Amino acid sequence: MIDKSVASAQAAVADIQDGATVMIGGFGTAGMPDPLIDALIAQGAGDLTIINNNAGNGETGLAALIKADRVRKIICSFPRQTDSHHFDAAYRAGQIELELVPQGNLAARIQAAGAGLGAIFTPTGYGTLLAEGKETRLIDGRHYVLEYPIHADFALIKAHAGDRWGNLVYRKTARNFGPIMAMAARTTIAQVSRIVGLGEIDPEAVVTPGIFVQRVVLPQSAAA
Amino acid sequence: MTNMKPMSRDQMAARVAQDIPDGAYVNLGIGLPTKVANYLPADREIILQSENGLLGMGPAPAAGEEDWELINAGKQAVTLLTGGCYFHHADSFAMMRAGHIDICVLGAFQVSVTGDLANWHTGEPGAIPAVGGAMDLAIGARQTFVMMELFTKQGESKLVETCTYPLTGLHCVSRIYTDLAVFDVGREGARVIEMVDGLTIADLRKRTGVPLAA
Repeated sequence: MIDKSVASAQAAVADIQDGATVMIGGFGTAGMPDPLIDALIAQGAGDLTIINNNAGNGETGLAALIKADRVRKIICSFPRQTDSHHFDAAYRAGQIELELVPQGNLAARIQAAGAGLGAIFTPTGYGTLLAEGKETRLIDGRHYVLEYPIHADFALIKAHAGDRWGNLVYRKTARNFGPIMAMAARTTIAQVSRIVGLGEIDPEAVVTPGIFVQRVVLPQSAAA
Repeated sequence: MTNMKPMSRDQMAARVAQDIPDGAYVNLGIGLPTKVANYLPADREIILQSENGLLGMGPAPAAGEEDWELINAGKQAVTLLTGGCYFHHADSFAMMRAGHIDICVLGAFQVSVTGDLANWHTGEPGAIPAVGGAMDLAIGARQTFVMMELFTKQGESKLVETCTYPLTGLHCVSRIYTDLAVFDVGREGARVIEMVDGLTIADLRKRTGVPLAA
């Protein structure tokens, strides 16, 4: 029998080691799996490389992880925001490395990892600072930049409902990076608001097939 | 130029909205372009895309009815129109990169007469750069419009021969809507489409310092 449900957020993140590469879903705070990040902070792993669209907002989630000094490097598209003060301070102090990636290239590189591709040619960024030193190619009259996939050891994502096989549906714009991060990480941990029985999610409506998900957890604080 | 009156930001937004046709799929950048949504003609069906994963974006909800899992690219609460849908980020940027989006409207620090865009980074020492979806939108949409004041607060033209700020994309802007004039830009250079009353092409050439066809 397959049962990917895990009893607690603490148990779900227990084996994330120092130095791990961790994708965290979310666009701003929508889709950010705060209970999983809180459990990761409590668990203590550090020296992490984090992939997220942003670099933390306010005091919760990724911002709290940065504040706790657990992040060595962040790969993101939009770090600087009105409420990214914890990242800003760490960056200015030279405590955190930043790899800035155009948002669509971030998504495409994550998707490439999940799809088993060796690299992609993308038109985005051609002729800009963010493509400096990168291989380019002219294909059918359009310029492209060679970009490599972004893999991860773990993905921490937020979905709306999941079953014990790991099938997921999301809620509104909290979906954002969840489906592609689930495919790109070796171990995907999905925080859900409801665990449902097999077959309760309409097979036509499954967004992330369970094969991409290793753990499903309903944190105490996320029950809805 | 003494009698001419620059357009307000709302007037600029209304002017941009006039040029968005019925049936268009449109992405409005964060900041000033967001205002265009308030002026889309009611008799046209125009579908707004938001990069974080929705098509058919509706107006802001009433106070107290915000759902923070239903937000726009600027992380403000929005609504979904009947018929709208959600999707993940790779699909969202496929819509841009492959030209499924008809029009995007972006703000800018500078635009060159040949349509190069600089809108993501001032390049100042100590500035923390952030790019978001700007590069994907600029080069991906079938048409990229820029909406900006023509001059900086210091009086420098933002329409330039060559951008001095770091580029967002090359040859990607086709039209610029400003508070004083509307321009077409591209490989042939810049051309003035319309001006506010009281402004002359000679004034514009003198103040911008760039070659302008009438």
